[in-house]
Amino acid sequence: MNIQAIRVIYKYEMLRAWETILQSFISPVISTALYFVVFGAAIGSRIQTVDGVPYGVFIVPGLMMLALLTQSIANASFGIFFPKFTGTIYEVMSAPISFIEILLGYVGAAATKSFIIGLIILATAGFFVPLEIAHPLWMLSFLILTCISFSLFGFIIGLWADNFEKLQVIPMLVITPLVFLGGSFYTIDMLSPVWQTVTLFNPVVYLISGFRWSFFEVSDVSVELSMFMVLVFLAGCLITVWWMFKSGYRLKQ
Amino acid sequence: MQPIISISNLSKTYASGHRALKDVSLDIKAGEILALLGPNGAGKTTLISIICGIVNPTSGSVRVSGYDIISDYRKTRSMIGLVPQELTLGAFETVWNTLCFSRGLFGKKPDSAYLEQLLKDLSLWEKKDSELMALSGGMKRRVLIGKALSHQPSVLFLDEPTAGVDVNLRKDMWKIVRHLRETGVTIILTTHYIEEAEEIADRVAVINNGELLLVDNKDTLMHKLGKRQLVIELEKPVTAIPAALSAWKLDLSTDGYFLSYTYDPLKAQTGIAELLQALSKAKLLLRDVNTSQSSLEEIFINLVNTK
Repeated sequence: MNIQAIRVIYKYEMLRAWETILQSFISPVISTALYFVVFGAAIGSRIQTVDGVPYGVFIVPGLMMLALLTQSIANASFGIFFPKFTGTIYEVMSAPISFIEILLGYVGAAATKSFIIGLIILATAGFFVPLEIAHPLWMLSFLILTCISFSLFGFIIGLWADNFEKLQVIPMLVITPLVFLGGSFYTIDMLSPVWQTVTLFNPVVYLISGFRWSFFEVSDVSVELSMFMVLVFLAGCLITVWWMFKSGYRLKQ
Repeated sequence: MQPIISISNLSKTYASGHRALKDVSLDIKAGEILALLGPNGAGKTTLISIICGIVNPTSGSVRVSGYDIISDYRKTRSMIGLVPQELTLGAFETVWNTLCFSRGLFGKKPDSAYLEQLLKDLSLWEKKDSELMALSGGMKRRVLIGKALSHQPSVLFLDEPTAGVDVNLRKDMWKIVRHLRETGVTIILTTHYIEEAEEIADRVAVINNGELLLVDNKDTLMHKLGKRQLVIELEKPVTAIPAALSAWKLDLSTDGYFLSYTYDPLKAQTGIAELLQALSKAKLLLRDVNTSQSSLEEIFINLVNTK
């Protein structure tokens, strides 16, 4: 295994985040704090509790997921798209490095950044509301798996996109609506029966539900089903990336 | 001696249907400088890209030091450095960081002493902490060479290394290439500048429309295919070539002062002595006589146009 290659890709991706610290770490924290102010304080003061959990506390897992998903995708997609855009990808393609090693470098760095952002948001939330985590190990498992699987998804978008518009279109037009409609700010039993059924086709519901369960033991679907769905998504992303590298899709002619 | 690179029946057809390479076979000797000449779209970059792993071949095989570029890609790629045609560099990294990145990418542990020497050899040591976007085009080209050499490859591909650089920098590049060859690196360069191949290559391969037209030692090639020209300057101008000289198929300059005779230097009888006698008989006084060898460029143009 080309450990040196993984090390330098990971290091330089992390360095890029550090050099753009405002955009990488501060910006998601400010956005999340604003959500707390608007939904937690302003609107939350009119909604007392959801399933016995104060509304300001209830939205914490959803807000974390919102940030994790968008940041994982943005970090990973940009990480691989930019070398493609500038042409510097030739160096990676001509290096003695396998697709697994490329993934460990790029996706590993993107997932690490998202994980750090997740922890910072959790700490930020602690300033606004009293937080208790019922199942810390489950919470960490969901956190890590979400970071990895959505960084992989972002990596796929970065490989697929051949211009900046395509790079933005899926995060903006697909992921953001799915997260907002996936129960970030409500439970699905607040919806009409028809919409409850429709919502179950949204994969983000399972993520948020499982993650929320690890905090408050409150969920829309069983935690096992949530974990299963995360693993299925992870496997799907891995297979897709493997196929992209094997076929050279958008990488090799 | 086993070639360091052995290309066998290599073909490449792109998804668009364009056949970029047609059954190319070529052996490259260790330690040589091979110039790959060809017009735009001839297939030079495709050939290099396949060997380096950037483009998939349609058929055929390539071996580097006996290893297959697909099944043993880790071994073959570790031996190869590539300087691409375009100035493809990041913007915000420093020279030092980008070299460290390249070295690591090829599986080599950090070696500050080697990279320092490399930057000094490339006259970039003073710029090691500069951001890449702050460098001139020539310096960026050197950085690309530095990146390609950062993992100490035994084969270096230079794809149009002096495209768009000024004369002085081009000569500097040639110096660098010669120095690399002295250290044992095999160099394959593609170029549009025939002058470049003429100046530094040991062997020349000519490629056109995806086909390898010839590969030969540069001097042999110029000797075999080159023509010599005898230019005779007359004391007084003439309006037409005298009939007595028609056997030599001379060309007359527009001002009437110069007669040109093209001959094959490999023939036993060049016809020069007879021509000079005929000139004397025709009462034409000579002011000066000069001979010149046709350049590689003329040979190249002739080859590409005729095949």
